[in-house]
Amino acid sequence: MNPTLTAVRLGLKRGRIEIRQTFTSVSEIIQFAIFSAAAVYILIIFSHRMIPGTNYALSLSILPSMIGMNIALNGLAGISGQMPVDREDGTTLRAKSVPGGLAGYFVGKATVQMARTFIGIAMLPAAALLVKGTALDSAGAWLTLAWVILLGLVATMPMGMALGAFISKGGVLLIFLGVVGLVSISGIFYPITHLPAVLQDTAQVFPVYWLGLGMRSAVLPHALAAVEIGGSWRHWQTFAVLSAWAIAGLCTAPISLRRMARRQSGSRLTARREKLLRTAG
Amino acid sequence: MAILGKHVAQVRHPQHHSGQAAGEEIAVDVRDLRMRYGSTDVLRGLTFTIHRGEIVALLGPNGAGKTTTIEILEGFRVHSAGRVAVLGADPANAGEWWRARVGIVLQTWRDHGKWRVRELLEHLGAYYAPYSTEEIQRPWDVDELLAAAGLTECARKKVSWLSGGQRRRLDVAIGIVGRPELLFLDEPTAGFDPRARREFHELVHWQADRDRTTVLITTHDLDEADKLADRVLVLADGQIIADGSPDELSSRMSTQAEVRWSRDGQRYVHSTREATRFVRDLFAQYGEAIEDLEVRRASLEDTYMALVRKFETGQGETAVGEFTGAVR
Repeated sequence: MNPTLTAVRLGLKRGRIEIRQTFTSVSEIIQFAIFSAAAVYILIIFSHRMIPGTNYALSLSILPSMIGMNIALNGLAGISGQMPVDREDGTTLRAKSVPGGLAGYFVGKATVQMARTFIGIAMLPAAALLVKGTALDSAGAWLTLAWVILLGLVATMPMGMALGAFISKGGVLLIFLGVVGLVSISGIFYPITHLPAVLQDTAQVFPVYWLGLGMRSAVLPHALAAVEIGGSWRHWQTFAVLSAWAIAGLCTAPISLRRMARRQSGSRLTARREKLLRTAG
Repeated sequence: MAILGKHVAQVRHPQHHSGQAAGEEIAVDVRDLRMRYGSTDVLRGLTFTIHRGEIVALLGPNGAGKTTTIEILEGFRVHSAGRVAVLGADPANAGEWWRARVGIVLQTWRDHGKWRVRELLEHLGAYYAPYSTEEIQRPWDVDELLAAAGLTECARKKVSWLSGGQRRRLDVAIGIVGRPELLFLDEPTAGFDPRARREFHELVHWQADRDRTTVLITTHDLDEADKLADRVLVLADGQIIADGSPDELSSRMSTQAEVRWSRDGQRYVHSTREATRFVRDLFAQYGEAIEDLEVRRASLEDTYMALVRKFETGQGETAVGEFTGAVR
């Protein structure tokens, strides 16, 4: 038996077990239901407003954009949000004390996040019943969908892990707010071309905008490219920016994760717990 | 001192041991280990060895450096100076093979609360499977281990639903699921009731007796060291100040004795290092006038407690000097 393969296989198994725990947990189900209801509500209220200068409903553009946003939110804020919790309760240290355990832990984390993302995507056909006019009717459209999703996962998850290794529990909120802030300037709910130029430029540095754009390019009729920046879906730029984030994430994550692993020990765990008890009591 | 319930370590036969490398008889070898945080010296030149199959307690008051020492040996902390070899490797750079041969039980774990007991034990055990050798088939059979830990009844329970004692037994079970050749236990029974502690010790012995596992346990509790260990290292102020079996330590340290007697209806007390000679002289001088003679030797516990008290009142340096003087 190859130890590395075993660790990866066990990581996948770990992911499966945690996915099952997620979807049998009442609080998780409620959370999921609230998010889904909010998404449907947004789609309904924007179904009567038009994308400026077109005859298409705004909800049509919001649907793929939200899926893109979901990938970024899960990849950046979702993963990084769990890691400080796992450090505090000893999950990370436990993983470190088992041979190949850290590899298994990270593979497991990635598996769970991918499952969450894909469940979001799987809602697409159901949501498409609400909004008329999606154009997922060619092999090319599906191909675009596939590469944007995959590249989007690689662009956000390693970066999310790299961030999660650094931040404290307080930092989780900051990252979440940061990503929400990016969402608000990235043309997810309203065409980005209506924002001030400086916000447009800022948004284009981060993956949220490009994930939204990539998803719109796959799902929407070609005519709607006209309302985007430059009047185009800009596939090459999407590929380039997401790849740059992927490379940056893949390079920093191992360094950052190794640093985190090195800093795990029993006395630090106890110290964190005592600090927590002091602030709680 | 209580001898009842103490396992007889000598029963385990060295020739049947199941080591990774034959002839590797020293499990832990520490030479002049030093640890410094900023300008504070936490460890000031520790030197000790632990042989395969030994159960050793690292005993000392809080703040003596026990946890720092064990974390260096576990590979969770990098030491400042000195030489450390654990199962023949420097724990700071040892790989996954080394990790597979070492088991760790920490003071506090709260992890994996949503997992079920059997599921977690099976999952964590599976990581050890590629590290089986001809002698050691890793990991333990999960059901056998659950039975040994007294957890068969709660195999399907969620970990967060376990009682405190059950949770600690699960922690030991996880620590030994890979059939470690060396097991580290860091203050494992702090806050236990006597029954939970006993069950805990029994589980440690279950593993130690089967695989001739070397065990290093840190504790500030002398009674625990006495019950569990073949050998005790007393750590205070970043130094090893005593090294020996519990019985040896207690006989070596009982040099100080208290002599009580009465003469002409008056009671006397005298503290001495040479009780026998003192009593002989006493009789030579007063003969039959001596009544109610009593000679009491200070136990290991008395001496140790005195040391701890002095440490807590900030007289550590002198206390170590006295203790070392008494033992050596």
